[in-house]
Amino acid sequence: MALLEVVGLTVEFKTANGQFRAVDAIDLTVDTGDIVAIVGESGSGKSVSMLALMGLLPWTATITAERMVFNGHNLAGLSARERRTIIGRDMAMIFQEPMSSLNPCFTVGFQIRESLKTHLNLSRRERQHRAVELLDQVGLPEPEKRLAAFPHQLSGGMNQRVMIAMAIACQPKLLIADEPTTALDVTIQAQILELLVELQRNSDMALVLITHDMGVVAETAQRVSVQYAGQKVEEQPVLPLFDAPAHPYTSALLAALPERSSGRHLASIAGVVPGQFDRPAGCLFSPRCEHVQPLCHEQVPSQTQRDGASVLCHFPLDRQGRPTHARQDHDSQNQNQNSQTDVNQINGGMQ
Amino acid sequence: MTSSSPLVVADNLTRFYTVKSGAFSKPSVVRALAGASFTLEAGKTLAVVGESGCGKSTLARVVTMIESPTSGTLTIDGKTITPDDSSARAALRSSVQIVFQDPYGSLNPRQKIGRILEEPLVINRPSMSAEEREAKARDMLRLVGLRPEHYSRFPHMFSGGQRQRIAIARALMLEPRVLVLDEPVSALDLSIQSQILNLLVDLQDQFNLAYLFISHDLSVVKHMADDVMVMYLGQPVETGSRDAVFERAWHPYTRVLLSATPVADPTHQKDRIVLTGELPSPIDPPSGCAFHPRCWKADSRCQQTAPLLQSAELPAQPISQPSAPPEAGALNHYLACHHPEK
Repeated sequence: MALLEVVGLTVEFKTANGQFRAVDAIDLTVDTGDIVAIVGESGSGKSVSMLALMGLLPWTATITAERMVFNGHNLAGLSARERRTIIGRDMAMIFQEPMSSLNPCFTVGFQIRESLKTHLNLSRRERQHRAVELLDQVGLPEPEKRLAAFPHQLSGGMNQRVMIAMAIACQPKLLIADEPTTALDVTIQAQILELLVELQRNSDMALVLITHDMGVVAETAQRVSVQYAGQKVEEQPVLPLFDAPAHPYTSALLAALPERSSGRHLASIAGVVPGQFDRPAGCLFSPRCEHVQPLCHEQVPSQTQRDGASVLCHFPLDRQGRPTHARQDHDSQNQNQNSQTDVNQINGGMQ
Repeated sequence: MTSSSPLVVADNLTRFYTVKSGAFSKPSVVRALAGASFTLEAGKTLAVVGESGCGKSTLARVVTMIESPTSGTLTIDGKTITPDDSSARAALRSSVQIVFQDPYGSLNPRQKIGRILEEPLVINRPSMSAEEREAKARDMLRLVGLRPEHYSRFPHMFSGGQRQRIAIARALMLEPRVLVLDEPVSALDLSIQSQILNLLVDLQDQFNLAYLFISHDLSVVKHMADDVMVMYLGQPVETGSRDAVFERAWHPYTRVLLSATPVADPTHQKDRIVLTGELPSPIDPPSGCAFHPRCWKADSRCQQTAPLLQSAELPAQPISQPSAPPEAGALNHYLACHHPEK
């Protein structure tokens, strides 16, 4: 059985202008030892869906799901008290801004020991010992000294290591990292990514990595889920995703990468992500899609399969990057040609 | 395009700040920019890369004359900027404009787009009539891919990418010759980023603009730049043409930056050099080579003497006169290292 199984997760926010659907029927399955990346632009609902899992959304949010099961617990029907025994212990999260996620009024040692105190039955001495061990594990030099430091005395990369130490303090089964390296420099980003992958490998923990950086995805993830405007548009293992994306959005996003460009101009996606009031009927990507068909404007697509990829599109791209309808045309043309050659052969035979 | 003399010549620019560290202790000096020299030609892009705290934004502020350099000279369009001649600086300011990183913070939320675009003209072209200003602003909106009716809207009605277009339009209102782009796309999503980069390329071709392109994203730099300057702790450590820096990076720090940048290709062979330690403080920079505490090739010589920026191909020839480099304008491959990774 999967460690985390989410089916049809929908999050709606009550705003002054009515309900806003930030996450729209997302499915996600994570097994022990998986590294799953959730990629998307801002507003694609990637953070909100994970915050919904953690139960960290404000009261204005309405969370509905067909199934939301983590490690045998039904997260949807959990009381706040029961949820608190799970989050932080079996399921932990790292946030984007290490500086603003740590409490500036307490030492990092206090904050690490706090989660140990809440979840584990350890004595004071054992907690201190474990805190030192954790800081050592995340690669902070002089851990005993660092425990007495306040967040402002440490750099961004060090604070992110402290956040990771806090998250892995109780050896969680699932670690959700929400843009863990976006606020950091590339050399520090490399260190933190190596650390996360190493921790994951050594402990059989599942890792969900939320990011917008295709480079980070390519180098870290095993499986990728691409989100657009609150919907999951594509899910594939990492190699085929970069090799042969099935959704036109993924394909356009990859083509927009500067390293894939040839020449002075980059491929770009016209338009912007739809907001609350300009959501198109039919497929949400249809106004920006280069392969758009009349059907896309009318009918909402459903999840379909294309050799191992799950994709939300009427006309998923094939391995050569052609949309399905083009291939049908192409095939029918081929058939015409075939019948023509048949006729020729027949004619030749007659002669 | 027979611009024999470069448009911008910076010679050993420095910018120091003094910070008070306590009521009774001596104020300490932050060496934010500790000697940068470069040349920039019309129609070309010089990219400045480095981690946070390496002085790239300070360089942008000095080149746009928001701040005057502590020492060193800056020559723009043949005129040398001196700290005490404020009228000359004001005249040159209209030929150097800047686009900031955050399109949300850099537009006044209480001004309409038209007013934002016209403000530089009101200040610098007092003889221009209101009709002329408005016509120019509407033209400029069309030029950056917005619609003329956006003239009377407020910034909050625009998305991040559109705001960055407005910021670019504002920078172009005075018809500058140099545009300083301080991380112009790092706050934008990938699909919007490519739109803005394409716009910048088109504008450069159309107006023969010189770009000082500041970024930490090496894949964007590789796409945009003609020349690249890699900075570490306020100093350039390696400069050269894009191909020289990306294909023949000889400074260990450049190697680290290149290897640390994630490549969006899962089949890419990773040979990542993971640095230990963090960027040292510019208040108390390390002795000798600033990179030596994190460098795997460092020896006692690196700890004692700072390497000079020298030609990489012809060693033992320090560039004492960067304003007259061997090939006019073009940055040759220079690096500051005792043990280059050749």
